Amino acid sequence: MLEIKNLRAKVGDKEVLKGLNLTINAGEVHAIMGPNGAGKSTLSKVLAGHPAYEVVEGDVLYDINFKMTNLLDLAPDERAKEGVFLAYQYPVEVPGVSNLSFLHMAFNSIVEHQGSEPMNEEDFKRLVLDKMKIVGMKQDFLERPVNVGFSGGEKKRNEILQMAVLSPRLAILDETDSGLDIDALRVVSDGVNKLRRPDNAILLITHYQRLLDYIKPDFVHVLADGKIVETGDAALALKLEKQGYDWLL
Amino acid sequence: MADQRTAAASSEVDVSPDYKWGFSTEIEQELIPKGLNEDIIRLISSKKNEPEWMLELRLKAFRHWLTLTEPTWARVSYPKVDFQAISYYAAPKKSETPKSLDELDPELLKTFEKLGIPLQEQKRISGVAMDVVFDSVSVGTTHQEVLEEAGVIFCSISEAIHKHPELVKKYFGTVVPYADNFYAALNAAVFTDGSFCYIPKGVRCPVDLSTYFRINAKDTGQFERTLLIADEGSFVNYLEGCTAPQRDENQLHAAVVELVAMENAEIKYSTVQNWYTGDKEGRGGIYNFVTKRGKCAGRNSKISWTQVEAGSAITWKYPSVILQGENSEGMFYSVALTHDKMQADTGTKMIHIGKNTKSTIISKGISTGDSSNAYRGLVKIMPSADNARNYSQCDSMLVGDRSSAHTFPSIEVKNKTATIEHEATTSRISEDQLFYLQSRGLDQEKAISMLVNGFCKQVFKELPLEFSVEAVKLIEMKLENSVG
Repeated sequence: MLEIKNLRAKVGDKEVLKGLNLTINAGEVHAIMGPNGAGKSTLSKVLAGHPAYEVVEGDVLYDINFKMTNLLDLAPDERAKEGVFLAYQYPVEVPGVSNLSFLHMAFNSIVEHQGSEPMNEEDFKRLVLDKMKIVGMKQDFLERPVNVGFSGGEKKRNEILQMAVLSPRLAILDETDSGLDIDALRVVSDGVNKLRRPDNAILLITHYQRLLDYIKPDFVHVLADGKIVETGDAALALKLEKQGYDWLL
Repeated sequence: MADQRTAAASSEVDVSPDYKWGFSTEIEQELIPKGLNEDIIRLISSKKNEPEWMLELRLKAFRHWLTLTEPTWARVSYPKVDFQAISYYAAPKKSETPKSLDELDPELLKTFEKLGIPLQEQKRISGVAMDVVFDSVSVGTTHQEVLEEAGVIFCSISEAIHKHPELVKKYFGTVVPYADNFYAALNAAVFTDGSFCYIPKGVRCPVDLSTYFRINAKDTGQFERTLLIADEGSFVNYLEGCTAPQRDENQLHAAVVELVAMENAEIKYSTVQNWYTGDKEGRGGIYNFVTKRGKCAGRNSKISWTQVEAGSAITWKYPSVILQGENSEGMFYSVALTHDKMQADTGTKMIHIGKNTKSTIISKGISTGDSSNAYRGLVKIMPSADNARNYSQCDSMLVGDRSSAHTFPSIEVKNKTATIEHEATTSRISEDQLFYLQSRGLDQEKAISMLVNGFCKQVFKELPLEFSVEAVKLIEMKLENSVG
């Protein structure tokens, strides 16, 4: 589904990704771990198309209608319409725009791109209310402006709700566990687990092993100094938890 | 006396997709010669068959105007207006007065149909009575029967001068006297039409009232005069819209609006201003120099101004409220969007005179392109205004890096019991906000318009529903053309 080849990217003058390779197939969950400053968040932003990150070299091939297409040629909204979703480490506040109308517009712009009829507000609200159960959110969230005045945990839940509603093929979760207490972590992880399907893939970016107690990855990669330096299964995460990253650097 | 001439209106200008209201109407019209002097004023007055007292008032205003100089304190720049190069009266020619709106010139009906304002009986917008002003004259007012039944007077000001002289004499110029300012004096001298409205005691106006202003003729100015009186315990919702054809020359629009609210009366006045803005290089467009003021004359009266200013090359207006009655309340909700070379200097004045008076100001300015957008406001608490309260919030949003926003708030407090709160912010649409929305599948245009609509929400929610939908669409369209 996704094939990252020799990806090099910089922010300002600083090269952060230095030849990264990674392949992800449908149905898989991959975790990327690594020390601070290794390039984990940069990877997620580059995949989603943030304009502040400049790709110097490499390809990100992504399966669109059975054809591997370079994601880097698509604008951020086009990537989203093709099923790429980024759950933000720091979700952004959008004053004056209700959560419901934001989700509704996003949903319709994606389904219309995929050739389906847009959904009316009533039906859509029903769909959202159903999905809200997955993350245990109360209905009044829908009328509140997007992320404004939300607690850290509420913001993260809101990201997972968006993921549930938009039903992406490739979901990238950037440090979704950071800032969550253990109960919120469980709710969010349960939500993600419910969204696992054979036809989608999840890329978890995390600093800590504890998220992987809740979401079992098929592969664990260590990202250090802009490259993947080690790949293994869930056991690798446990080893990192015990021994730290030093033995890999 | 100068000759009158008849002209088949309008040069052909290609209507650009950016301003779909920019077409002009070919209609036989009567246009008086350009220039401004006492003869012209007598001519206007005689065309309107006015009583002597009105002519006297016009001449007094004109003589005063001659002593004034054009004000320059606003943060706008434009070449000096040549007041002798304007024709002060343009009207569709008609052989006799049509008995009903259905008998109007078909070209006129078509024009308003095209603007989304059907005037014929069967197609009218229900629940809204409309007075339609085309260049210098009112061409008709709808829903007369319903209004008559409720005792509401809603007609053109020319008609009111004839049919209700006592009311006009009593209130005309009491809120905006001709000596108030340069443009108010000019307006009092040369005004040609506008709307008049009187809501009797205890009446809740059964339909919303609305005036639609259309400038069509070339080289003319529009000087309309609106007078709205809400008697004790009455309520009215008033809407105002305006458009003009796209022309390379600038045109002057200098209106005066006066509102009077008596004890326990409430007036809600909403404007969506969409005059032609000029092209991308700043050629053409309307100079919108307007004096709007309301007086809360009685106890517990309320006046609110809600405006969406999205048009005009230059906007210069400060809808204000004089809070005279005890416990009276004034509100000002404004969205001003400028793009390309537009300049706007707009805001409000809240003058607190009565005890326990309260005012609220919410102003949202959005500047894109090379435009400049200024908020200018005055909150004045007079010594008599015990326990007066004001809350002001002025937010500016910049789109792109060439536009500018300015805030000039003045506060004058002459009573120690006053409570004044003022908040101001300036923000830029942040890359992160934009990216967040885009990464959820919204293209850049949609994302920007979502952010801007969110920014303006406090104001849009004050508009009547149909108007608010219109306003959102208008802002979205303007943004589509100016960001991208």
